[in-house]
Amino acid sequence: MEFLIERLPLYLDGAWVTIQLTIGGCALAFVLAMVFGVLGSMKHWLPRAVSTVYVEVFRGIAALVLMFWMAYALPLATGFQLENRFAAILALGLNIGAYGAEVVRAAINAVPKAQVEATVALNLSWFQRTRLVVLPQAWAQMLPTFGNLVIELMKATAVAYLIGVADLTAVAQQMRQGTGETIVAFIGALILYYLIAQVLISGMRLLERRANRKLGRTPPGGTGLSALLKHPAVGGGSAGVG
Amino acid sequence: MWDLEFTYEVMPDLLEGLWVTVQATVMGYLIALALGLAIAMVRRVPYVGSILHGVMEFIRTTPLLVQLVFVFLIAPNTISAMTIGVVVLGIHYSAYTAEVYRSGIEGVAKGQWEAARALSLPASRTWGAIVLPQAIRKVIPALGNYLIAMFKDTPLLFAIGVTELLTQAQRLGAANFRVVEMYTIVGFLFLIVSIPSAILIRRLERRYAAV
Repeated sequence: MEFLIERLPLYLDGAWVTIQLTIGGCALAFVLAMVFGVLGSMKHWLPRAVSTVYVEVFRGIAALVLMFWMAYALPLATGFQLENRFAAILALGLNIGAYGAEVVRAAINAVPKAQVEATVALNLSWFQRTRLVVLPQAWAQMLPTFGNLVIELMKATAVAYLIGVADLTAVAQQMRQGTGETIVAFIGALILYYLIAQVLISGMRLLERRANRKLGRTPPGGTGLSALLKHPAVGGGSAGVG
Repeated sequence: MWDLEFTYEVMPDLLEGLWVTVQATVMGYLIALALGLAIAMVRRVPYVGSILHGVMEFIRTTPLLVQLVFVFLIAPNTISAMTIGVVVLGIHYSAYTAEVYRSGIEGVAKGQWEAARALSLPASRTWGAIVLPQAIRKVIPALGNYLIAMFKDTPLLFAIGVTELLTQAQRLGAANFRVVEMYTIVGFLFLIVSIPSAILIRRLERRYAAV
């Protein structure tokens, strides 16, 4: 225990890098998911094809392979050296964004047809319809799955240590090499990962409640604050898979 | 520029690596399928189930890579890296498959349990003849998705030195100064395996969705 408390600052440094990677990756993944998700829900074949290519390619390649490619192959192929941390964010964002795009597409398609017909009757433009009617409803539906993806992304950041980013895993490795205390060094890192995940899960649940309230629905798990502590429905089939 | 001759030359080695990746995936998946089912069933037991749930939650929300390296470092030297990799992969994914099975088991109508009770069937028949056949049928597509997910996580075995696809690519690329070709080919090999599997699973999904 003393061992961990003494080295807590180092662990927190590593955890901070992990959090940065998570936030950066999530931001990129979110933008990509929204863009390609909306493209994938369009009627015309061309945007749909673009979306399908993106999703299938980046979902099909392992995140680690993608990261190695960004960090080692890209500089040689293009002469363009990415900073390691940036390469990691790019690889994670592209990978998880592909999963997210499928989630967005499914959520948009699940908005009742009558809603779209009503916007046509009201003579709203495509942009107005998407922004005011379709996306707010799809949003509530995509949030729970997004929550799973955020956790997946956070966990995937550990891989960045293999391309030389000084994240939480790298700190654990340093600790182990410096002191030989394998078990303590790694348990410390695992617990920090767990805590970060719990914070992310609660944050996503807050977002979910807000989205549901805005639509005039009761949030899943009831309205009380205690609902935030309840276990989320993780892993029910869509956590980072496909 | 792209060196085609080199590509041909290293293909056998890469395919060997791919074969190791596939083997690790299949073996790990079998562990995840069996262990996940056991966990889903034990989770219905009061107290023990809650504790197990907490443990699984911890496993699910911490990185697989860290778990792999951790177990590899504390395990005795006599156990091969491949064995450790497969077992850790299997246990990690059993945390996911357990949730899938659970949703399937909870989806079985209550009347089915009651009917089994009314017939005073023993627990083994209730599970084996009534609950599981209905539950598993419904969750086959979701389980299939985890097979692909797992395939894409096996490159992590690179970190503990298993000579799977990525390790081979890294070795060959560094030895011949042909890093670009190597990693690009690895990317393509992944697509060649995972896109057809995704199509196959989508087809399964359509077939079982109607039931």
